[in-house]
Amino acid sequence: MTLTVDDLRVHYRTLRGDVRALDGVSFTVADGEILGLVGESGCGKTTLGKSLIRMDGRMRHIGGTVTLDGDDVPVGDDRAMNAFRFHRISLVPQYSMSALNPTRRIGRMVRELLASRGVSVDTGELHRRLALVGLGPEVLERYPIELSGGMKQRTVMVISTLLDPSLLVADEVTSALDVSNQKAVAHALVGLRDRGLVTSMVFITHDLALTSHIADTVMVMYAGRLAEKAPAGVLTTAPRHPYTRRLLAALPEAGVRRSQGRLSGIEGSPPSLLSPPAGCRFRDRCPLADDRCAEQPPVVEVAPRHHVACWKA
Amino acid sequence: MLTLDRVTKTFRTGTFSGSTTTAVDRVSFSVDRGEVVTLLGESGSGKSTLGRMILGLTSVSGGSLTLNGEPVRPGKEYYRRVQGVFQDPFSCFNPVFKADRIFALVKDAYHPRVSAADWRARVEGAVRDVRLDPAQVLGKYPHQLSGGQLQRLLIARALLLDGLEILVADEITSMLDASTRIDVLNLLGDLRERGLGVLYITHDLSLGTYLAESTVVLRNGRIAERGATGKVFGNPLHPYTRHLLAAVPRLGVDWVDAEPVESCLFHGAGADGDLYEAEPDHFVACARLPECEGR
Repeated sequence: MTLTVDDLRVHYRTLRGDVRALDGVSFTVADGEILGLVGESGCGKTTLGKSLIRMDGRMRHIGGTVTLDGDDVPVGDDRAMNAFRFHRISLVPQYSMSALNPTRRIGRMVRELLASRGVSVDTGELHRRLALVGLGPEVLERYPIELSGGMKQRTVMVISTLLDPSLLVADEVTSALDVSNQKAVAHALVGLRDRGLVTSMVFITHDLALTSHIADTVMVMYAGRLAEKAPAGVLTTAPRHPYTRRLLAALPEAGVRRSQGRLSGIEGSPPSLLSPPAGCRFRDRCPLADDRCAEQPPVVEVAPRHHVACWKA
Repeated sequence: MLTLDRVTKTFRTGTFSGSTTTAVDRVSFSVDRGEVVTLLGESGSGKSTLGRMILGLTSVSGGSLTLNGEPVRPGKEYYRRVQGVFQDPFSCFNPVFKADRIFALVKDAYHPRVSAADWRARVEGAVRDVRLDPAQVLGKYPHQLSGGQLQRLLIARALLLDGLEILVADEITSMLDASTRIDVLNLLGDLRERGLGVLYITHDLSLGTYLAESTVVLRNGRIAERGATGKVFGNPLHPYTRHLLAAVPRLGVDWVDAEPVESCLFHGAGADGDLYEAEPDHFVACARLPECEGR
């Protein structure tokens, strides 16, 4: 069991009170597993990713524990987290352009980074890893501005995983890329896992179709809570939570025409997390909701590895 | 009908503007009333530049743009008939003022003589046309509304113009969530039934095919393939279109590896920007296609 998150609660401090961005989320990621984390904006998926590596000043750890390979991860303690960062938990951010120093050639930047961490990686290994994601060694002689978006994203991926972390958090890494680059970056991520350079991965995205291709397990979040978690094939073919069903029904696929059948979105919008309603948070938008949904549904394992938080599942 | 004939845009780039970049290269197609045309391309393909040229936000370097046979002259009369909606709804509103101020600005500019009561009724009608409840959205500040609501208010603003013929929708759904995105798309489809012509600019292949009668695939500023959507995606002829189709992740379908675009001998448009007509209403920028198919 690589990563275990138990009842994690993270709030944002605002002038109008606490925003409960993450309100009791529990899950595990096994060795060699890629967990796809899907949800709409404001559902807490980025908050979860950030909580695992670095909380910013507005975030407060309210409760819950994170365990990595049997060790407690002090997510609420910024200083104590330094021992974990990059060595055991690493991150690929969404905007690689702002992650690279524009005034340094890539090679020099990597050398400076490694020196600052007091570790060394030999050049041959660096070249081998660049080749793994489809980049040549000449990338090291280039400035970030000379690389395309996809190349920058892959460069950052190599740098992030140089220390062979147990867990890699990839937050929306393909959202800013074109479809062809997106495919190359997604394959490179899976390659990192297959070669054992990272043990397991949390892949955060809003694109269900993309996730279903690279993740082993997909977890759907809604308004700060887990809605459904299942193996990728099961979640896309036999979802149990009404939110997942409606979300899948709202996705146009390449080649589907409106004349063949009109797709519909989900009415309404997610509840405010400043003072979220009691009970199931999807209740107001849910076609199946009844009185029982005023009580918060527990996360139940309805089938092996298939968890759903819904009374109706 | 908005017609583009060999429209070209070149930018001066480099130190002291010493070199030029051709962002859009001899692009020809048309958008008729009651029709949705998807303009599909990856970043840097020139799709937004094309939209900006149609809206008169940037000058046209070559070729001609005509609306109903008359050359396009951006100005008040032109904007009464052609309007645009853009990607980021949050930056289109002034946060200091209530969101419905955008409607008052339309009244001042285009309908100054309409009485306040009449105008109120027209605004409410337009807001209902975009599937919003006037009581919920009017009188609110932008931060009180969601991205999908703001995006629909911007479409409602365009609908208030009595002579609107063409709507340029540049990536209007890319900032929206999956659950509301499809509603905005359906709305564009409903507008088409009211006789509006829509140019839907997107990088998302699946969203593009959902609505459009015809599709234009743009690559490096040139048209790679264009025609009826069913023909372009049902029987893609240009290697670039095939490559794009293969790269889109789809639920329940394996990600196949397409041959790289460069492997085709004929990639790139015909030298003069002319398209080869492969079948009725299906054009490809591949002058040697007949030889290729005979191989």
